[in-house]
Amino acid sequence: MSLILNSVISLGAMGLLFGSGLAYASKKFAVEVDPRVEAINEALPGANCGGCGYPGCGGLSNAIVAGEAPVNGCPVGGAETTAKIAEIMGQTAQEGEKTVAKVICNGTCNNAKEKSEYYGINDCRAAALVSGGSKSCQYGCLGLGTCVNVCQFGAITIKDGIANIDKDKCVSCGKCLEVCPKSVIDWVPYSQEVVVECNSEEFGKDVKSKCAVGCIGCGMCAKACPFGAITMEGKLAKIDYTKCTQCMVCTAKCPTKAISGELSKRKKAVIEEDKCVGCTICAKKCPVEAIEGELKQKHSVIEDKCIGCGECAKKCPKDAIKMK
Amino acid sequence: MEIFLILVSSILVNNFVLSRFLGICPFLGVSKKVETAVGMGMAVTFVMTLASMITYFVQYYVLEPLGIQFLQTIAFILVIASLVQFVEMVIQKMSPTLYQALGVFLPLITTNCAVLGVAIINIDSNYNLIQTIVNGMGAAIGFTLAIVLFAGIRERLELADVPESFKGFPIALITASLMAIAFLGFTGLV
Ligand code: SF4
Ligand code: SF4
Repeated sequence: MSLILNSVISLGAMGLLFGSGLAYASKKFAVEVDPRVEAINEALPGANCGGCGYPGCGGLSNAIVAGEAPVNGCPVGGAETTAKIAEIMGQTAQEGEKTVAKVICNGTCNNAKEKSEYYGINDCRAAALVSGGSKSCQYGCLGLGTCVNVCQFGAITIKDGIANIDKDKCVSCGKCLEVCPKSVIDWVPYSQEVVVECNSEEFGKDVKSKCAVGCIGCGMCAKACPFGAITMEGKLAKIDYTKCTQCMVCTAKCPTKAISGELSKRKKAVIEEDKCVGCTICAKKCPVEAIEGELKQKHSVIEDKCIGCGECAKKCPKDAIKMK
Repeated sequence: MEIFLILVSSILVNNFVLSRFLGICPFLGVSKKVETAVGMGMAVTFVMTLASMITYFVQYYVLEPLGIQFLQTIAFILVIASLVQFVEMVIQKMSPTLYQALGVFLPLITTNCAVLGVAIINIDSNYNLIQTIVNGMGAAIGFTLAIVLFAGIRERLELADVPESFKGFPIALITASLMAIAFLGFTGLV
C-alpha cells in the first residue's frame, strides 16, 4: 500500500514541481507573436504540403506577415483563402493566374511505339530503371501512374497510356513533378491551351520513327509565330507563355501536330459597331491584316483571316473589340 | 584521471551516435547544415548535462529511499520532457532563427533515446555525481561532434556528383556507417 502511495506522491510532487517551474519560465521567456501570424495560420488549409516553398503552413504565415511572401502564396487554398489572408493583412487580394502541372507528352498508345514489354512492379520509377522503360522514345510518359499515386488531390488519371492532369483539380503542389522519373510534367499557366507536347531531344528522323506526334525540331512554328513567342532550344520548340497570345498559328503549322490547341475553339475578334470610331489602330496592330475599314468609318473583322490573337482588342482605345 | 577516461570514452570510444546508435533521428534529420547541427548539438548538450544531474538526484534521493526504482523510466522521462520544454522556450526567446531551423526536432529531444540512454547508463554504471555530470557532458559532446562532422560531410555531398539512386538519404546513411566504422578505430583507447 505504502509503495503505491509513495509512487503516486513522489511522481505527483515531481510533476507539480517541474510544472510550476515551466509555468514560471513560460511567463519569463514569453515571446510576443504577431497576432496576424496566428490568424493567418487559422485561415490556411493546414495541409502542410510545402507547395508554397516553406516547410509548412506555419512557415508561410510567418513569411506573409514579414512581407516575404505574397498573400496568395498558398497554392492549395485558392481564392477563398487568399481573400481571407488579404483581409487579415489589410490588402486586397492580388490574384495572379495560377500555374498548373501539365504532362508534356502526347505519346499515347496509338502515337508512340513500344520497344519492349515491361513485366515488373507498376511504377514508372522502377520501369525507368530497366533500360529507360518500355517506350521506344526515352523522353516520353511511361503511363504507369507513379504521379497518380502521389497526387493527393486526385487530379491525375491515366488515359490511353499516358498521364492526364485535370487542371481544375490541380493545386500546384508540385509532388508529381518531383516524382516523375522522366520529368515530363511541367508548369503551364492555367489558361494556356497552346503547349508543345513533346520532350524529345533527338533528331527529327529518330523522333519520327518512334512517335507520330513528336516535335521534330523543324522550326516551322518559330518561323510562323507572329509574336516571336517560340524559340528553338536544341531540337525542341519552346513557347514563352508570357508572349504567347494563343493564336494557334503554330498549332496549324506544325507538321507533326506536336503543339496542342483546338483550332475550332479559337476566339475571334468582334468589333462593336456603336463603340468604334474608326481610328484604324486595330487594323495597324493586326499581324495578319484581318481588319478592314476606312479612317473614321466603322471597321470590321474578316473572320476567315482573324487568328484570335487579341492584339487589336488590347490596343483599341475605345474598348470596342471583344474576343468571342 | 578517471574522470578524463570517462570523458574520452563517452566522446570517442562509446560515441552515442556512432557506436551505441542512440539518437539517430536528429543525427539524420538536423544535419543538413553545419550551423543548425551546432545549434542542435548545443541544445542536446544542455539537456543531456542537466538531465544527467537531475536524474541522479531523482534516482538517489527520491526513487531509492522510497524503494520505487521501477518508476525510473517514467520519472526520467518526466525530467527530460520538462527540461526540453524549458530549452525550447529559451531558444525561442534567444534565437528565433535557430528555433525555426530546429523545428520539430527540438520537441523531439524529449523522446530522444540518447538523453534517456545517458541517464540510465549513468545509474547502471554506479557513477557518483561528478562522474555522472562528466559522462553526460561527454556523451553530449560526442553527439555534437558526430552531428557536426556529419553535417560538414553532407554539405559537401550536396555538391558532389552522387549517382541518382544514391542521392539524399541513401548516401547519408552510407556516410554515417562509414563514420561509425571510423570511430570503431577508437576502441581500446581506454
Ligand atoms: S500532384 Fe496533383 S495537385 Fe500536385 S501539382 Fe501534380 S497534378 Fe497538381
Ligand atoms: S499560339 Fe500564336 S502566339 Fe502562341 S506560340 Fe503559337 S503562334 Fe505564337
